[in-house]
Amino acid sequence: MRNAFASEILGLAEKNDRLFLLSGDIGNRLFNPYKERFPDRFINCGVAEANMMSVAAGMALAGMRPVVYTIAPFATTRCLEQIKIDVCYQELPVVIVGVGAGLSYASLGPTHHTLEDLAILRTLPHMTIVCPGDSWEVRASLRAALSWEGPVYLRLGKKGEPEVHADIPHKFAIGKGFPLRKGQGDVCLLSAGNTLPLAMEVGDILERKGASPTVVSFHTVKPLDDSLLENAFASHSLVVTLEEHSRIGGLGGAVAEWLADQSDTKARLLRLGIEDLFCPWAGNQEILRSRLGLTAETMAESILSQFSRGKH
Amino acid sequence: MDLKNVTRRMRAKLVEMSHQAKAPHLGSSLSCVDILAAAYWRVLNLDPKDPDNPDRDRFILSKGHAAPALYVALAFRGFFDEAMLNQYTEQGSPLTEHPCLRCVPGVEATTGSLGHGLGMGLGMAVAGRVQKRDFRVYVCLSDGECNEGSVWEAAMLAPAQGLDRLAVVVDFNQWQATGRSREIMSLDPLAEKWSSFGWSAKEVNGHDVDELTEALERVPDGSGKPVAVIAHTVKGKGISFMEDDNNWHYRIPTQDEVRRAKEELLP
Repeated sequence: MRNAFASEILGLAEKNDRLFLLSGDIGNRLFNPYKERFPDRFINCGVAEANMMSVAAGMALAGMRPVVYTIAPFATTRCLEQIKIDVCYQELPVVIVGVGAGLSYASLGPTHHTLEDLAILRTLPHMTIVCPGDSWEVRASLRAALSWEGPVYLRLGKKGEPEVHADIPHKFAIGKGFPLRKGQGDVCLLSAGNTLPLAMEVGDILERKGASPTVVSFHTVKPLDDSLLENAFASHSLVVTLEEHSRIGGLGGAVAEWLADQSDTKARLLRLGIEDLFCPWAGNQEILRSRLGLTAETMAESILSQFSRGKH
Repeated sequence: MDLKNVTRRMRAKLVEMSHQAKAPHLGSSLSCVDILAAAYWRVLNLDPKDPDNPDRDRFILSKGHAAPALYVALAFRGFFDEAMLNQYTEQGSPLTEHPCLRCVPGVEATTGSLGHGLGMGLGMAVAGRVQKRDFRVYVCLSDGECNEGSVWEAAMLAPAQGLDRLAVVVDFNQWQATGRSREIMSLDPLAEKWSSFGWSAKEVNGHDVDELTEALERVPDGSGKPVAVIAHTVKGKGISFMEDDNNWHYRIPTQDEVRRAKEELLP
C-alpha cells in the first residue's frame, strides 16, 4: 500500500499543481522521485505532528490541497486537537494519510499500533474515513480523496500486502462499498482496510464448508453506505464486520450504531476485530493476528458457529 | 494618521462589550489593542471591501480569547458594520467568544485552542511561496500561549524553511490565566528564545503604535529569517484600575466600572 501511495501521489501531483505533500520525517527514500520532481511541493515537517497538521490546515486555507503523511498513530491521536479544530471545524480539504495502521508495524509494539483511530476520528464532524483494502484501492481512494470537499483520513497498511483487485477499481467511490463476491444470502462479510485479503480467504473457507458468503470491501467507515447496509441486513442471515481495529468504535461499532437505529432487520451482526487490550508481545503482524484470533480459519469458525446458531 | 483616538474608542468599546455580554478576557483584549491598530491601520496590505483577495496579507489572532479586540478592529476598519458589535455573544450572532473562520469578513482562521495559529500561519506562508504571491503572514500569540509545545514546533520549522514573510507578534503582558507567565513556565528570556530558534527577534513597546508599525513593516527584514516581535504590553492597558491586575482575565466590569473606564478613555 505504501509504494502504491508514493507512486500514485507522484502521478496526481503532475496533474494538480495545488497538491502539496507533508511528511513527518518518514518515507524518506519512498518519496525521492516525488521530491526530485516537485521540490517546492514537499516539506519534511520533522517529528512534530501537531504543527504539521496546523501547517496543512493553513495551506488549505490558502487554496492548496495538502496531503499529510506519517505513521498512523502519529497522524491521528498524536495531533487529535489539530485535526478536530484546524482541519475538521474549519472543514478544510486536508487528506490525512496514516500508514502502518492496525497491527501493520506489529513488531514495533503498542506505541506503533493503531487500534483506536477509527473510533476516535469517526466522532469528528465533517471527517470522512476511508480504509482501502489493497494497493489498488489505495490508488483509487487517494484520487477520490483529492477531489473530496472536506477532510479525509486514509487508513493505510504497510507494503507487500496481497492484492485483491487486478487493476484500479474504476467504480470506487467514497461512501460506496462494493461486493467482491456475491453469495446466496446466508452470510455477508464487510471488511474495512487491510483485512480485505483475509476476508476473501474467509469467504473461500466458508464456501468450502457449504456456505454461500458475500464479501464486501466496505472501505468507507464514515459516511456509512446506508443502502448497502440496508440490503446486507435485509438479504442475509448474518452480517460480519472485519477490521484490524478495536471491536470498540470502528467499523463494527459504526455498524452496530447503525443497526440500533433500524426498526426491522433480518440479519444478526457479528463484529470481528481486536479485543480491548494493548498487544505488547513480540512478533510480526501475522503472529499477532494469529494470537488475537484474526486468522481466516478462526474467523471462519466463529462465523460458522454464529451462523448455525442463527439458523436454529 | 494619529491612531490614539482609534485605540481609545476600541478600548471603550471592549469594556462595553465585556459588560453587555458578560464575557471574560477583557484584560487580554485590552493588551493587544495597539498591536491590532498598528497591523490593521498601518501595516497590512488589505482591502476591507475585498477581504478574500488571494494576495492580501494575513493576520491570525492566535490568542483567540482576545476575539472581541479582533472584532472591534475589523469593524472599525470597515470589514463589517460596527452595529454588529452590539450583538457580540448574543444568540444567533456570528461573534462568538472565540473567533471562527469567516464568522465575519477578515477572520482568517478559527482560534481559541492555543498553539494552533502559528502552524496555520506557517502553512499560509508556504502556500504563498508555492503560488508565487508575495503576501505576508502575521500571527499574534500571547505569552501564556508560548507554553504550548506546538508553538515551538512551528518556531523550529519556519526558519528551516526560510519563511521570511512570516512574522510572530508576542503580546507579552506577563500574565496568563492564573499567574505570572514567567513564573509558571520558564519563559525568560523570551526574545533570546526566538532568536536562538532562528528568528530575527526584536523587542518593542507594545503600546507604541509607531514602534510596532516600524517592526511589523520590516517583514521581510532582509535577514532571510522569519521575524519575531516581542511586544511588551500591560494587561488591561488603558484603564487605570485594570492595568496589570490579572483579575481582569475573568472579571466582568460592572455598570459603574464601564462608566469610569469610559471617562478615562473618552474624556
